[in-house]
Amino acid sequence: MQFSAEELHSNNGAVVIVGASHAGVNFAFNLRQQGWTGSITLIDSDPELPYHRPPLSKKTLQSAELKSTPLKAEKAYNDHNIDFKLGNKVTAVNHLTKQITLDDGQCIHYDKLMLATGCRAFIPPISGLEVNDSLNNRSIFTMRTYADAQAIKAALINSVDKHVVIIGGGYIGLESASSFIAMGAKVTVIEKQPRILSRVTSAVMSDFLTELHLNKGVELLTDKDVIEVKPLANKNTHKQVVVCSDGTEYCADFIIVGVGVRLNTQLALEAGVDVEQGIKVNEVCQTSNEDIFAIGDCTQQFSSLYQRWIRLESVQNAVDQAKLAAQFLTGKLPQGEPVQHTVPWFWSDQYDCKLQIVGLSEGYDELVVKQESAQQFSVWYFKADKLLCVEAVNYTKAYVLGTQAIKQNLLVDKTALQSGDALSKESLFLAVSS
Amino acid sequence: MAKVIFVTQNNGSMEVEGDSGSLMELAVANGVAGIDGDCGGVCSCATCHIYVDPADFDKVGAAQEVESDMLELDDKVTEYSRLCCQIDVSDQIDGMTFVVAN
Ligand SMILES: Cc1cc2nc3c(=O)[nH]c(=O)nc-3n(C[C@H](O)[C@H](O)[C@H](O)COP(=O)(O)OP(=O)(O)OC[C@H]3O[C@@H](n4cnc5c(N)ncnc54)[C@H](O)[C@@H]3O)c2cc1C
Ligand code: FES
Repeated sequence: MQFSAEELHSNNGAVVIVGASHAGVNFAFNLRQQGWTGSITLIDSDPELPYHRPPLSKKTLQSAELKSTPLKAEKAYNDHNIDFKLGNKVTAVNHLTKQITLDDGQCIHYDKLMLATGCRAFIPPISGLEVNDSLNNRSIFTMRTYADAQAIKAALINSVDKHVVIIGGGYIGLESASSFIAMGAKVTVIEKQPRILSRVTSAVMSDFLTELHLNKGVELLTDKDVIEVKPLANKNTHKQVVVCSDGTEYCADFIIVGVGVRLNTQLALEAGVDVEQGIKVNEVCQTSNEDIFAIGDCTQQFSSLYQRWIRLESVQNAVDQAKLAAQFLTGKLPQGEPVQHTVPWFWSDQYDCKLQIVGLSEGYDELVVKQESAQQFSVWYFKADKLLCVEAVNYTKAYVLGTQAIKQNLLVDKTALQSGDALSKESLFLAVSS
Repeated sequence: MAKVIFVTQNNGSMEVEGDSGSLMELAVANGVAGIDGDCGGVCSCATCHIYVDPADFDKVGAAQEVESDMLELDDKVTEYSRLCCQIDVSDQIDGMTFVVAN
C-alpha cells in the first residue's frame, strides 16, 4: 500500500479516541511515546478510571475488597498530556466536517479519529431476559464492566441461597463460575451447544474443562436451550426461574448472561466506513476512510499469518493494534517492508488451572496431545505440518515453545511431541519450515 | 513500607514507595516506563520484566517455574531477570534498585 509523505511525518493535529479501554488507552500512550505532539483526547462513557477487564470475572469478583485494576495511574494521563473525558458517550460522527458530538452536546474536531469502541454483552431475545441497570433489586446481569462486577458482587452478598445460574458456557461464564465457587456459591451453567467452548476450542479442551467444573461442584448442563426467564411466583423474593425448551426449570437467586458480544460499530457505520463482521481495517488499522482508524475488539483485519480476515477479542490484539496504529501515525513503521503481524495469544484462569493459548486453531486437521499429568497437558493443532495453535493447561513451557515455533515458523517434530520425553527446544524443532 | 528505585531504559530513575500489592502494580501506579503489565499481573504476558541487582538477588530469590518459562519469551532474559508482578512489595525489598528491561 502507498503511504503519503504527509501522512508519515505530520506528528501533530488533533487525535480523538472513542473508547478508553485496553485498545484506546494503549494507543493514546503509544502515540505520545512515539512523539505525537498534537492534542490527544480520550473519551469513554464508562465513568471509571480505565481498567483491566480480564480480572473482572477472576480476581476482582473474588477479592474481599472490590476494586478495579487501573490500566494506568491517573497522573500518567496528565504527565503524557492526554486529555480524557470519562462518563461521556460519543453520540455522532460527522466525517465531512470531521467532528464528533458528545451526549452533553459538545462538539470536538478531529484530524484523526480512532474508534476503539470494543463490544458490549449480547442479551439474546428471550422472554423475561432483560438487563436493567437502573433497577434496584436486579437479578439479571452481564459481565463486561466494573459496574457489572460491583452489581454482581452485591447481588451475591444479598442473595438468600447464593444460587447463580450462568447462561452460556464460554470463557467469561466459566471464569465467573470458578469465582462464584470460590466464594461459596451454588452454580449452574447452562450451555446451548452439545459442549462448552465449542466455538473456540477442541473437544479435548472442552472435556477437560467440563470435568474440572463438575469436580468443583458446578452443575454443568449442555444441549439446553433457555426459552424463558420469569420471576418465581407467589414468593416474596427476587428469585428467577430459568425455563428450558426440554421443560426443565432452574431457580436462581440471580442470573449471569454470558452468551457472547455485539460489536459497537454504530459510529463507524455512521461515518460510512466499511463494516462487515467488524470494522474493516488494513494492515495499519486504517479504515476505508483515511482519517478514521479502528483498533481492538471492534475490528476485523486480514492476518498475513493465517491468510484470512480475523476478528479477535483479546488484550493482546487490542495492545498490538494500538502499538501498530501509533507507529503508523508517527511515521515509525519501517518503510517498504510488509507489516509484521503478531501471533495472537490469550489466557484464562479457572480455579487453580492456568490456561494459555497461542495462535488460532481454526482449520486444523490434526491435533497432538502432550500430557504430563492429569492437570498438566497441552494440545498442539496442526494443518499438515504447520503448527497453528497450542493450548496449554498449567504448562507454560509448552505455551512458550509453541509461541516460538509459530513466531519463527519452525517445523515441529510430532514424534518428539508424542514421545514421553520432556519438552525441549532441541528435541522439538526440526528446522525452519517453508 | 518499602522504598525502591526503578531505572528505566532511557536511564531515568524514579524512587517510589509502597506497602502492599505487587511490584508491577507499584510501577504502573507510578507510571514507570517499560512496565506495561498487560495481563494485570497473572504471569501471562511478560510485559513487566525487570533485572534485580545481583548483590540483592537473594532478597527476592529466583523465579518459580511458570515465571521462568514466561521469561524465555523475552530475548533480553538474564539470570537476574524477574517478572515484577510476581514480586510482593514488602520490607524485604526496601532500598532495592530494579532496572526495567524494556
Ligand atoms: C469479564 C471479561 C474477561 C476477559 N478475560 C480476558 C482474558 O483473560 N484474556 C484476554 O486476552 N482477554 C480477556 N477479555 C477480553 C478483553 O477484555 C477485551 O478483548 C478487551 O477489553 C478489548 O479492548 P477494547 O479496548 O478493544 O474494547 P473494550 O474493552 O470493549 O472497550 C471499549 C470501550 O469503548 C467505550 N465506548 C464504546 N462506544 C462508545 C461511545 N459511543 N462513546 C463513548 N465510549 C464508548 C466502552 O464504554 C468501552 O469502555 C475479557 C473480557 C471480559 C469482559
Ligand atoms: S503483568 Fe503480565 S506477566 Fe507480569
